[in-house]
Amino acid sequence: MTMMRGVCAAGLAAILTTGAAGVVAAADAPKRGGTLTYVIPADGPPSFDGHRETTFATVHATAPFYSVLIRINPNDPGSTTDFVCDLCTQMPKPTDDGKTWTFKIRQDVKWHDGSPLTAYDVATSWQYVVRPPEGMTSARASYFVMVDKVEAPDASTVVFRLKFATDAFLPGLADPFAYVYKKDILEKDPHWYEKNIMGSGPFKFASYDVGQSVKGVRNDDYYRKGQPYLDGIVGLFAPKQAVRVDAMRADRASLEFRGLPPSARDQLVKELGDKLTVQTSDWNCGNLITINHKKKPFDDVRVRRALALAIDQWNGAPALAKIANVHTVGGVVFPGSPLAAKKEELQKLTGFWPDINKSRAEAKRLLKEAGVEGMSFELVNRNIDQPYKFVGTWVIDEWSKVGLKVNQRVVPTGPWYEAMRGGTFDVVVEANCQGVVNPLMDVGKYLPHAVYTENYGQYEDQKEIDIYNAMIRETDFAKQRALIRQFETHVLDTEAHAIQVLWWSRIIPARSYVKGWKISPSHFVNQDLANVWLDK
Amino acid sequence: MYRYIINRLVLVIPTLVGAAALVFALMRLIPGDICVVRLASGGGTFNAHAVAVCHAEVGLDQSVPVQFVNFVIGLFRFDFGPSMWSGKPVSEEILARLPISLEVALLATVIAVLIAIPLGTISALKQNSWTDVVVRTVAIAGIATPSFWLGILVILAILDITQAISGTPWMPPIDYVSLWDDPIRNLSIVICPAVTVGYRYSAVTMRMTRSAMLEVLREDYIRTARAKGLIEKLVVNRHALKNALLPVVTLIGIEFAFLIGGLVVTEQVFNLNGIGRLFVLAVQNQDYTLTQALVMLTVVVFVLCNLIVDVLYAWLDPRIRYA
Repeated sequence: MTMMRGVCAAGLAAILTTGAAGVVAAADAPKRGGTLTYVIPADGPPSFDGHRETTFATVHATAPFYSVLIRINPNDPGSTTDFVCDLCTQMPKPTDDGKTWTFKIRQDVKWHDGSPLTAYDVATSWQYVVRPPEGMTSARASYFVMVDKVEAPDASTVVFRLKFATDAFLPGLADPFAYVYKKDILEKDPHWYEKNIMGSGPFKFASYDVGQSVKGVRNDDYYRKGQPYLDGIVGLFAPKQAVRVDAMRADRASLEFRGLPPSARDQLVKELGDKLTVQTSDWNCGNLITINHKKKPFDDVRVRRALALAIDQWNGAPALAKIANVHTVGGVVFPGSPLAAKKEELQKLTGFWPDINKSRAEAKRLLKEAGVEGMSFELVNRNIDQPYKFVGTWVIDEWSKVGLKVNQRVVPTGPWYEAMRGGTFDVVVEANCQGVVNPLMDVGKYLPHAVYTENYGQYEDQKEIDIYNAMIRETDFAKQRALIRQFETHVLDTEAHAIQVLWWSRIIPARSYVKGWKISPSHFVNQDLANVWLDK
Repeated sequence: MYRYIINRLVLVIPTLVGAAALVFALMRLIPGDICVVRLASGGGTFNAHAVAVCHAEVGLDQSVPVQFVNFVIGLFRFDFGPSMWSGKPVSEEILARLPISLEVALLATVIAVLIAIPLGTISALKQNSWTDVVVRTVAIAGIATPSFWLGILVILAILDITQAISGTPWMPPIDYVSLWDDPIRNLSIVICPAVTVGYRYSAVTMRMTRSAMLEVLREDYIRTARAKGLIEKLVVNRHALKNALLPVVTLIGIEFAFLIGGLVVTEQVFNLNGIGRLFVLAVQNQDYTLTQALVMLTVVVFVLCNLIVDVLYAWLDPRIRYA
């Protein structure tokens, strides 16, 4: 139940699609036909190119048109380890001590232009993801530091040769943005896919109205016989939450796939009753409080620890969950992962002690010892309500309980990044938001700037890097888990480089006639919509 | 008159260059980097190389003076280049949105004029009567009520009323279709924002009409017209209203120009993909080329509206000559 939590809003009727309810739904025979209209909470994607972009707006608008090599099981997307083939025929076992992965590619796959898809297309696409050519960017190239070569020895085989064996590879390979593109097109114009769509997915691209909608129609040649069930899909861009909620109420749209806050869920449940189902999950996104080590007195580990000790996460979580998209107390690893810290392990770490009075007394002692009792500083935050501003306001209140006076400065995204990258902040509310749960890669955010350029804590820490290097190369689960605990203890407790605060909660209300789609811990995952059908 | 119009149009050039220089400088004073915002927008990872490639793509690898020269050259060629965010030509981005904003602005103006001028006139003619009090109350409420809030209320009211009547809530479509493709659907989409904006617009115009009418009705020539036995309808329509409309026309012109790019929140409330929403997006994403082009568009719209107002002045008041 960690992954799939039911919600009951204000005692009002709502069908809660939990793991158990999913079994019931699976017993229903899918119906064919109909058009699914969903809202995308954005103004539109910057481009259609999944390799290049990082925003959900791209994946929600374009994933139904593409295939990927492997993916999280669409029938079990809540799992963090259930990887299945999309274009491959069978999930392979690695050879060469875990350094060679050979995938056989389906031979019944056609591009939407009617030509056959081959392993050469798959290999070329992955070469662009792993090591983009000059003048191109790949948003997730850093996930594939372990990849040495991607080859296609023949039209039905793709081989990934790794520099070292690692458990981070397979989750990385299931990246939902790693669309397979046609080799001929890529080689002719590597930028073609930024403005055009041509894939092999369950839906064929029909039209795109800038900032309005994206439309697709069923691909009758789709390689999974019988799928997709829908005749078509329409994604409507609607950045304003009130519009999306009203649209669902009036059945102008059936659902949105990113996630709504608890208040919107409660409103829809109240208005629609049993015409609505609500799926919830922990989200592979969490806020963290990044402390600028180059600013005094935050170079003093006692001060950083005091900031963590002042925050009552265990009591804060259930209260904040009523109003914000946060839910679960966790460490550096997504709470649903087998590699995540258990509660008793977490409670030993700074900032997670079960006795908040003892914790705050220690915080006050440390601040006094560091000579900064009652100090003032500024918390920079991003001007996004959910959940940034809620979390920022909450931690300021928590800090006030140990005598700290904190001023919150809320800024737009551009200046927020500028402050972090320029190191001009004292303390900042950040988020670590990832796709497929890949703990070994997801914790990269905590690595010093020398290794991970988007760490803004302004510190260097060779010991942390050494633990990480051992961790990423360890393939024995028990040893790997022990190393992650060591890493977590070092980052959150010993050095208190950052404060991991609450993990987000993903809430997806949908019209109850929408069937087949299941929530996952990421808003990027399970978006090809091949298994969605309408019970109308 | 023609010479005046040509002079005014020529004066547009330094105005545009001044506005261009200002917006160019202001945009670059805002902290942030479009490439960072774009590469990190989804929580992904990126590195200095990716930022450098992006800078080269969008032209931020060039020095600021070179960027400015390119911008000014583009301005004179009516070519603002591609949007730094989407890579699409700026003209394409704007043209996709302009019809929506234009339609709402026109409709709102028609609604405002139809409400404001008759009510403002009646209010002035029946000064201090209960009719005047009602009209003034409606006008003050219109000014005091933000359009976006009214918009939210309108949508909620439609949802609740339709649910109460039919059991199923209804709201206008949230995906725009052109007037030429489906007029009924188009009207159902734009009517609510037009009424919402038109109400505030009419409130301002109504008050202006009333005060202008009150002033004109006290003029000697009105007294003379009445003294010579002219019927009241002619006094009001031909002599009073026509002269009172001078400041009203100015107001309508300014308001219309404002509506083209200023319906920021209203467009969001009604999910209209118009120029206002694009403006916010462009500034938010620090898309310099798009923001610059939008500012230029706004300047041109204001200049043209002012020009049209000036021409209307001459028609309304023959004493005004521009030669």
